[in-house]
Amino acid sequence: MTETATVPTPAPGTPATGAGRREGLLRAALRLRRTRAGLVLTALVLGVALLGPLLAPHSPTEFVAAPFSGPADGMPFGSDQLGRDVLSRFLHGGLTVLGLAAAATAIGVGFGALLGVVAGYRRGVLDEIVMRTGDVVLAFPQLVAALLFLSIIGPKLWLLVLVVGVSHVPRTARVVREATLKVVEQDFVKAAEAIGVRRAKIMAGELLPNVSSALAVELGLRLTYSIGLVAGLGFLGLGLQPPTADWGLMINENRIAVTVQAWAVALPVSAVALLTVGTNLITDGLARASIGIDRGVRS
Amino acid sequence: MYRLIFKRVLLGLVILWAVSVVVFLATQALPGDAARAILGRDATPERLAALQAQLHTGDPMLVQYGKWLAGTLTFDLGASLANGLPVGQYLAPRVSNSLVLMMIAAVIATPVALAVGAWSALRRDRAVDHATSLITLVLAALPEFVVGIILVLIFATGWLHVLPAVFAAGEGAVWQYPAQLVLPTLTLVLAVSPYIVRMMRAAMVEVLESEYVQQARLKGLPERTVIWRHAVPNAIGPVAQVIALQLAWLAGGVVVIEFLFRYPGIGLALMDAIGNRDLPVIQALSLLIAGLYIVVNLLADIIGLAANPKVRTAAR
Repeated sequence: MTETATVPTPAPGTPATGAGRREGLLRAALRLRRTRAGLVLTALVLGVALLGPLLAPHSPTEFVAAPFSGPADGMPFGSDQLGRDVLSRFLHGGLTVLGLAAAATAIGVGFGALLGVVAGYRRGVLDEIVMRTGDVVLAFPQLVAALLFLSIIGPKLWLLVLVVGVSHVPRTARVVREATLKVVEQDFVKAAEAIGVRRAKIMAGELLPNVSSALAVELGLRLTYSIGLVAGLGFLGLGLQPPTADWGLMINENRIAVTVQAWAVALPVSAVALLTVGTNLITDGLARASIGIDRGVRS
Repeated sequence: MYRLIFKRVLLGLVILWAVSVVVFLATQALPGDAARAILGRDATPERLAALQAQLHTGDPMLVQYGKWLAGTLTFDLGASLANGLPVGQYLAPRVSNSLVLMMIAAVIATPVALAVGAWSALRRDRAVDHATSLITLVLAALPEFVVGIILVLIFATGWLHVLPAVFAAGEGAVWQYPAQLVLPTLTLVLAVSPYIVRMMRAAMVEVLESEYVQQARLKGLPERTVIWRHAVPNAIGPVAQVIALQLAWLAGGVVVIEFLFRYPGIGLALMDAIGNRDLPVIQALSLLIAGLYIVVNLLADIIGLAANPKVRTAAR
């Protein structure tokens, strides 16, 4: 996906304790209709992915009919390019996309937040090194970077998670650094420094809680992009490998016969679409709520 | 301002060099013999020797990199392992095909997105505005291949059968087959527009609330003049940077779209090269795409600097 933030970046504001502030953010976000719609969509797809394997009528790798058969009894969405049940493969195929995207997001946003806070607080040479190294990573479009490594080393799952995660790090670090810079100026940080609180503790106890709304928005945005990237790499054939059931791979395998058997493509495509739209709606809700909070308006 | 631009260009060059190191390390500096890794176990000794010579795998790593970089800088990119053609000759028509696709998408997306964004701002908080906001939010979330497949399902295979699902032109230039170009272009347009629309709307809302627009209205100027002479020109400045960033995104986004529509450009060439483990082509394309991305981002930065009056007037 594209790199510009869709959502207004929340400005970090007045000091607050971590727990109280986050609760406020979530509650404010939940008052917006789009956040609730996003939660419903996300929960729906999550439900399919998590409960699907239990409900699937067939094994995802069992051959049940001729390739590309139409819908029939006990096979409401027909069969795929090898004659496997489309519904069963769809129900089994969500966990991989979700798991890989979540892991990549956790790595990317985790390291990005750490580097962003440290760079924003310590400044100086460290800041320069972190941000300029980030520039090199940013010089690759996310997908091309992933393709470069996956194509040479091979479509390994740990590598996929790592590459997608690393491509998020500089983007998150930039946002968190900007947010940190605004907090560092404030008196409570100076007060903590004056009474000799350790730097690590200042970063974890004073700075991190106060950039948490920016971080929450960034987390949602990165998760949306991760889902798109992981599914996209699967679609390009560089994610999960056959015969695994995976939404991205299903689209790749069945797109040649989209005229005769559209379900095998339409089901995974709609699931990915609903999921990304859902997470983005939540992200937008969080962003709007955080701006409201920072202005002191709780609508 | 010129010093700032000079510094940015210099930084861009350093980044480009760093990118070349990354591409080299990711492709050629694998543990073991890169030539053997590419050709597989059952390679004939002749092919292996030829590839080892082309990749200079006998040399130490630093010398290998030097020779590769020297080759790249002189546009001597080696020969494709899949078809034996020189990489430059193999890629030239594909690069121009991709540029055609990206250009058409950019030329359509930019004015349409600006118009929709401005219109949305003028109808602020009315139904049109809310609809635009929701549609752009949804489009921004969808991965581009999902948009492409939905378009294929609607226009090519599912409901309507009006457009081809894949690019299947014969000989000649791609623009001789306009019907084939519609879906790939439309997908790219839908992928880049939402960000421009949202940015333009935000900029216009701010400008419309400004005192000079208020003044123009109080002066009794016709609304048309207020919008076209006073509001739009002031709103476009900050949006220009977002437009440039979206165009930079096209360099990478085109890969999936070309793969989906089998459009004969750099993206499809990259996917083919990955399938064939065609190392010289992968190296050249990664470098090319990253280079394009860096250059357009650099332009975006310079536009941003030029559009910022503080910077423009400060350090002369």
